[in-house]
Amino acid sequence: MCRLIAFTSEVPKSPMLAINSLNVMKEGHDGSGVGLFLTDLGGMFEELKEYPILSGIFTKEGMKTLDSYLMPMGFKTKYNHSIKVKKDPPPGVPKRYMYNIRAYEYPEDWEELSFEEKRHRLMMIRLKLRDMGLKDESMIVYSFYPDAILLKEIGDPMAVAEYLDLENAGLKARVVMAQGRQNTNYAINLYACHPFFIQGIASMTNGENTAFVPIREFLESRGFPGYVGYQSDSEVFTHIFHYMLNFLGLPLEFYKHIITPLKDEDIEIHPNKEFLKRLKHSCRRLIIDGPNCVIGCMPDKTLVMVQDRKKLRPGVVGGKKGFFAFCSEMCGLDYVLKEELGENNFEYFQPMYLDTVYVTADRKEVKKCSQMDPLRLPN
Amino acid sequence: MFSNGPITPSQLSLKDLPWLIYWDKEKCQLCGRCVAACPVRAIELGTFRKRIVETPINNKKAHSNVYKVFYGIKQKADPAHACIGCGLCSKVCPNDAIIPYHNEEVDKLRFHINLGGQPRRRGGRRNDPGTLLDRIKFIRISMLTDPALDAGRHEFELRTLLGRVLPPEENLRLYKEEGWTPPVREIYPLVIGGMSFGALSPNMWEGLVMGVTYLNEELGMPVRMCTGEGGCPPRLLRSRFLKYIILQIASGYFGWDEIIHAIPEMKEDPCAIEIKYGQGAKPGDGGLLMWYKVNKLIAAIRGVPPRVNLPSPPTHQTKYSIEESVAKMIQSMYMAWGFRVPVYPKISGTSTALAVLNNLTRNPYAAALSIDGEDGGTGAAYNVSMDHMGHPIASNVRDCYLNLVKLGKQNEIPIFGAGGIGKRGNLAANAAALIMLGASGVQVGKYIMQAAAGCVGSESDRCNICNIGQCPKGITSQDPRIYRRLDPEKVAERLVDVFMAFDTELKKIVAPLGRSTSLPIGMSDALGIDDYHAAERLKIKYVV
Ligand code: SF4
Ligand code: SF4
Repeated sequence: MCRLIAFTSEVPKSPMLAINSLNVMKEGHDGSGVGLFLTDLGGMFEELKEYPILSGIFTKEGMKTLDSYLMPMGFKTKYNHSIKVKKDPPPGVPKRYMYNIRAYEYPEDWEELSFEEKRHRLMMIRLKLRDMGLKDESMIVYSFYPDAILLKEIGDPMAVAEYLDLENAGLKARVVMAQGRQNTNYAINLYACHPFFIQGIASMTNGENTAFVPIREFLESRGFPGYVGYQSDSEVFTHIFHYMLNFLGLPLEFYKHIITPLKDEDIEIHPNKEFLKRLKHSCRRLIIDGPNCVIGCMPDKTLVMVQDRKKLRPGVVGGKKGFFAFCSEMCGLDYVLKEELGENNFEYFQPMYLDTVYVTADRKEVKKCSQMDPLRLPN
Repeated sequence: MFSNGPITPSQLSLKDLPWLIYWDKEKCQLCGRCVAACPVRAIELGTFRKRIVETPINNKKAHSNVYKVFYGIKQKADPAHACIGCGLCSKVCPNDAIIPYHNEEVDKLRFHINLGGQPRRRGGRRNDPGTLLDRIKFIRISMLTDPALDAGRHEFELRTLLGRVLPPEENLRLYKEEGWTPPVREIYPLVIGGMSFGALSPNMWEGLVMGVTYLNEELGMPVRMCTGEGGCPPRLLRSRFLKYIILQIASGYFGWDEIIHAIPEMKEDPCAIEIKYGQGAKPGDGGLLMWYKVNKLIAAIRGVPPRVNLPSPPTHQTKYSIEESVAKMIQSMYMAWGFRVPVYPKISGTSTALAVLNNLTRNPYAAALSIDGEDGGTGAAYNVSMDHMGHPIASNVRDCYLNLVKLGKQNEIPIFGAGGIGKRGNLAANAAALIMLGASGVQVGKYIMQAAAGCVGSESDRCNICNIGQCPKGITSQDPRIYRRLDPEKVAERLVDVFMAFDTELKKIVAPLGRSTSLPIGMSDALGIDDYHAAERLKIKYVV
């Protein structure tokens, strides 16, 4: 079973905090891969928040293709934070040419465009690059978006981190999400690694989504070009977030009503019965099944966690004003909080099966809402 | 016949019949019950002459013959009275002296069953015992990474939706604007398919309605039952139980005068309106209630004179083109109940189902599509229609579902599959397979008749005389002397048994697949079949 850790901190932190936590939870994952998502960036990227960052893994050829694709469009490198490893990788980690992390200046003719349009174009470029690199595996592109870095690699999280020297790489972020992978696919495909990302939304989970096929069919038939991939059955969680925010215009509290709606009997006694009934009917194709703890990050840097209908994969949340962590395991959370806040200087709790818990970017408190609570309907 | 007498082409011997009677003279007490009970008068009291040759041992006396007469049961060999193997004789015999058995030779009766130029008509089922649905296996068992669920202890949500489900964006917009939204019913995915009042006896109907009510009100299972074409008893129309009923309108419009007149007095809306365009047992042919069954009561409910044949036209008379007719009918039915009741068409399985479906996707009122495959059963049809016409249900449902997926409208128009589900007894497995192929629910008729009322009909042409009103079990008869055999309370009890057992079995299927939060409609990754071509055709896994 995969392990999940995420934190949101007033002060930018090194992703090593998350990696160390994964290491504490090592008993639970088999070290077959690690994924990192950083946003609300600090360090060198602090000043570069509006510039899109391209994250991915490239071969030498791939870098050439990338440049020859982006340059003519007018993208200029603003800042390069790529990791080029000289030494041989530890056992189980493939040799790569370049872990690319590079911020670009937008082409001049994009200047007048709305952010809406920009992010659409960025996504289309990411998809195109992904496509171009698919055959010879010269380019694996995770994201191309402002204020977001993704890093994923096969192998034990600690070994990978040491190999990439993340400790000294100078990466820092206020929101970090990390997954230590338990491999359930036969051949490890990096596109199947969590966290998944689309237009400022990232999410990761630690279970199986047994309702994957009908959900995939629904998303694929929305006519939205970004709803592709699905090398992993968990990618749909990210896309459902995206669909909810962008197509339905619904806020976070509705996510759980979509993926694990209340029972009909409970809807009958809910103050927003009429609305919830409609939502359940129309979004029936997005109902997930199977055990899952879902941790996500929204475009406004809100960190959120929900669990499956039966809480088969529980999660735990803790911290104090200024720093909060979400984790799939008690020991992982304990490590992060003690490390950051010191012993006995924090509180934690385990959300219930109907709960959505989240911490907004002000990091003042953990907010919790139950599915039985009245909803503020968007107008 | 005498050995030197003439013989006519259709003069058959017992050996030419599909069903033969074994009668045991030793056990028979000549009570005559079997003869009285036989629905087709296949047996009669026989007077047999027997000669005994008495040969003295020591030749002192001359040889002599003793002629004796004895009585017993004689089977008739003429086609009009051929035994149907129903076994009622055996059931009523106090001494187990009589039993029918299948002739191992292929019968010759089939070549003579059209005497008078009238092809064979019968009730029952397609005479093909196999079904592809039985070969579909559920292969995606949750192991290790996602634990299988506990069918006995976990909570399951297995309801389905009947009604036009709007795309999420549209639905939320209408909520805001307080616009009209098509009615949607949350129902149990196993629906009792259309069997008309008229085809079924009053006792059978009463039993079914009682059972359905119990399931809803005592067990909280929102089971629905369709009336078939034949109207609905007036008291039921005016009762609160109408909400459990799907009213069917078909091309004969039987019973609709009564229904329309009852609308102002209805306490509840019906669950839905099913417009029948076709049925699996006799695709492209109208309903048929033969005169034997049109007694006073049936005639009154249907609004026709008693004792006439009631063949419905193959098509709705309003039909100019299917698009127009469907649109018109759907709209008028919506209008009749103030746009509060879902209205959907039922068609027989056909290679043109996609065209119908595409039309429906463009009709914002169409609430569902019900498809009745070739294995659908009936109260009466021409044998040729039953055995040879129609389309298998699995690929029909699958094609329609995948077509909706292409349009992004999967489950917006729920597809209901019917015809031969559970024909070999595997009701839950067959239903689950169809659901995972893309059906939102299934409709069953014959299984209910067999399990809840003890129908003895089978795919090897046993009984199947539902058309002539002589049903040995009183299920499809309108003769009170016959249908009083069937106790409505017991039918209700058995119906409840059937649904409870089905529910457990369905959970036993979905729980190991890791599904419980919603009905696994279209979960095709869970399905496999050991036939490569079938797997390709249905887009499921080929497993051996
Ligand atoms: S099996 Fe049925 S049809 Fe045949 S003789 Fe017995 S009662 Fe009559
Ligand atoms: S038992 Fe009755 S319902 Fe069943 S096949 Fe015979 S006549 Fe038809």
